[in-house]
Amino acid sequence: MSRLLGVIAVLLALTGGAHAVSDPAEMLANPVLEHRAEAVGGQLRCLVCQNESVEGSNADLAKDLRRIIRQRIAAGDSDRQVIAWMVARYGDFIRLSPPFDAMTLLLWGAPMIAVAIGVGVVMLARRRRFVPLAPLTEAERERLDALLDL
Amino acid sequence: MDALTRRRLLMLGPLAIAAGAGGAGAALLLRMHEGRYDPHALPSMLVGKKLPAFSLPGQPPSPGFSAADVTAQGRPGVVNFFASWCVPCVEEAPTLAALKSAGVALWGIAYKDKPDATTRFLDRFGDPYVRVARDEQGTVGIDFGLYGVPESYLVDASGIVRWRWAGGLSADIVRDDLLPKIRALA
Repeated sequence: MSRLLGVIAVLLALTGGAHAVSDPAEMLANPVLEHRAEAVGGQLRCLVCQNESVEGSNADLAKDLRRIIRQRIAAGDSDRQVIAWMVARYGDFIRLSPPFDAMTLLLWGAPMIAVAIGVGVVMLARRRRFVPLAPLTEAERERLDALLDL
Repeated sequence: MDALTRRRLLMLGPLAIAAGAGGAGAALLLRMHEGRYDPHALPSMLVGKKLPAFSLPGQPPSPGFSAADVTAQGRPGVVNFFASWCVPCVEEAPTLAALKSAGVALWGIAYKDKPDATTRFLDRFGDPYVRVARDEQGTVGIDFGLYGVPESYLVDASGIVRWRWAGGLSADIVRDDLLPKIRALA
C-alpha cells in the first residue's frame, strides 16, 4: 500500500502544473513576464473546450489567445487590461472566475443560501422540545430483569 | 393541525421542488431536441456594436474587403466565417446558396485556411459570396469573438452587428431568424 502511494506521489510530482505550453517557442524570454502570462491564461477559459483554461488547452484558438496574452504583456499591458481585452471580445464567459454582479448573484450567493438553509433546519430541529422518558415502573423493571435473565 | 398533517405538508415542499426541477429539465431537453437551444453556444459581445475595424486580403480572384466595404452598399450584409477543413461549412453551403438567390449580400472570410484549399472548397461546394477575404492568422476572427467556424454575423446598413449565429446555418434558422431580421432592417 505505501509503495503504491509512493508511486502515485512520484507520478503526481512529475506531472507538475497542467500547462499545455509544451512548445518553448511560445514562452516569453523574460521569466517574470512569462509567469504573469501563465497566471492570466490560467484565469481565462478556452472557448472551444469550455472546461479548460487557455493556458491548459491544446485547442488552436487557445494557442492563439496565449500568443495574444504574451504579445500584450510584452507590450506593457497590465493583467487587468489583458483580461478586459478578452472580455470585450468573448464576454464574461471567458473568465473562469465570473465577476460578482446581478447576473451571478445566485451563483455567488448559493453557498450562503445553503448555510442559511442548514442553520434553519438545525434551529427547527432544536426547537422541537426534548421530552424526557418516564422512568420505568416497578412492573416494567421486573419484566426487563426477567428478559435480561438477571 | 395535528403533528401528522404538519409532517405530510412538510413532505410536499421537497416534492414540489423536485417536480419544478423536473419540469424545467424536460423543457430544456425538448428545446435542445428541437434545435432551439445549444448549451455550448455563447452569446456574442458584438451584437449591438459596430463591426470591428479590419481590412483583409482577398482570396483570388476575389479582391479583399474591409469593414467599411461591407456597409458601403447601404444595405444589410452577412459576414460568414468559413474554412475548407470545417464539416458544418459544407453542410451550410446549400443554405448559403439559397440566401444568395434570395438577394442577401454574403461576405466570406476564409478562416485559417490555405489559399489553394479554399479555392478547391469554393469550386466544389459553390461560391455564394460577394467577396471572399482571407484571415490566415485568425486575428480578425478573434476581434469578432469567433470561437469556431462557421459563424455568421448580420450587419445593418450603418455597420452595427444585429445578430450572430455560431455553427452552420440551416434552412430553419434562416427562415425563422435571419430572413425576418433582414426584412426588419430593410
